[in-house]
Amino acid sequence: MCLAVPGKIISFKKNIAQVDFNGTRRDISIDLVPEAKKNDYVLVHAGFAISVLSDKEAMETLNIFKEIYSIKEDKK
Amino acid sequence: MIKVKNNFSSPLWSDSSLACNAFKEITKLVSQIYSETGEKIKFMEVCGTHTMAIAESGMRKFFPPELKMLSGPGCPVCVTSQGDIDRIIAIAAIKDVIITTFGDMMRVKGSSGGDLHSMREMGADIRVLYSPLDALRVAAENKDKKVVFIGVGFETTAPIIAQTVFHAHSGKINNFFITPLFKLVPPALKAVLSDDKHKISGFILPGHVSVVIGVKAYDFVVKKHKVPCVVAGFEPMDIIGGINMLLLQILRGAPKVETEYFRAVKMDGNKSAQAIMKKVFKIASAEWRAIGSIEKSGLVLNDAFERFDAFKYFKIRHYASKEPKGCICGKIIMGQALPADCRFFGKKCVPSDAIGPCMVSSEGACAAWFKYGG
Repeated sequence: MCLAVPGKIISFKKNIAQVDFNGTRRDISIDLVPEAKKNDYVLVHAGFAISVLSDKEAMETLNIFKEIYSIKEDKK
Repeated sequence: MIKVKNNFSSPLWSDSSLACNAFKEITKLVSQIYSETGEKIKFMEVCGTHTMAIAESGMRKFFPPELKMLSGPGCPVCVTSQGDIDRIIAIAAIKDVIITTFGDMMRVKGSSGGDLHSMREMGADIRVLYSPLDALRVAAENKDKKVVFIGVGFETTAPIIAQTVFHAHSGKINNFFITPLFKLVPPALKAVLSDDKHKISGFILPGHVSVVIGVKAYDFVVKKHKVPCVVAGFEPMDIIGGINMLLLQILRGAPKVETEYFRAVKMDGNKSAQAIMKKVFKIASAEWRAIGSIEKSGLVLNDAFERFDAFKYFKIRHYASKEPKGCICGKIIMGQALPADCRFFGKKCVPSDAIGPCMVSSEGACAAWFKYGG
């Protein structure tokens, strides 16, 4: 029930943003993330954006994983 | 349609060679800890969405036998007391009421055996919605009816329902109500930690609850109980990486609250979400399935928004909680038993005909084990 998925803000109309989820678009309330801007990625839970996601930090996490679990097998 | 490239949907989050190397590391660390302490490691994933993610990925079978992942009290439907389920069903039976709800509540049985799904089949107007905002629309379109949204959930869901109530208040929508049955994660952790017989070695903490409340709310787990904590995301590598971080904390003997999910979780949480919760709700004691009443563990409407409380409006009394006989959901959500320990599991209790809520909710530990194997 605490499921939330990332989507990208395409446009705004007052407190409602049109958010793109990999091709599917939906109107989402941004009442809880007033700082959200166009082209931001937001985490959406039951019709509401609850967090503005950081692409840079997502990449950082992935880089940490790549570094710790260095994928030697990948070079095969 | 051009697909936008971003790091949130990178295939690396579920990359098998990354995971494979991570499992090697985890196995090494677990055996190191086990040889030092002689004790098996029991981690609890508190959130039901984590339970489902773990089961769905099949990662459990790659863990060494000395490492167990237990489900915690973080599935909202599972922790809702039987008495509160009975109160919801009592409202659904009232004439001219439209019940609106998330899908998970539909098949949770009341103590007399009925559920919302069977009531709908008998003609009750019960609608499954994606968002509580849709319930406001239903209320505006059905002014001669009373529209009740079933409010269950943790800190992730509470602010969005608070915001919906606030919209109803500003828009003067007078036929909209909620059942305020919200629960808070930190007091549930306290309840788990107070059980000396079933010690938890570390917590994978709920990512999306933490998006709202931040990470400081868990400080007591480390300060008072010295139990390692990692706030983790929901991709397979998030959870595997989080487990690795917990093991390192144990080995270093330095428990702390770490965040693996910092792409979404901020230290102080979401201030706007916290503000709307504070505006609309107040902290109260709440009734938890199998645990009983826990002080200051829930949210109800405060005096200014009390008129949206469906229980008060329809004068629904409290029902005593009577658990389904023989069902061990309560033990499962407290990390004291696994679904396979229940004599009904997979026999008399299956998702299509469930006895307890852990099998009903798509995020319940029993449903996850039944669907994907333990």
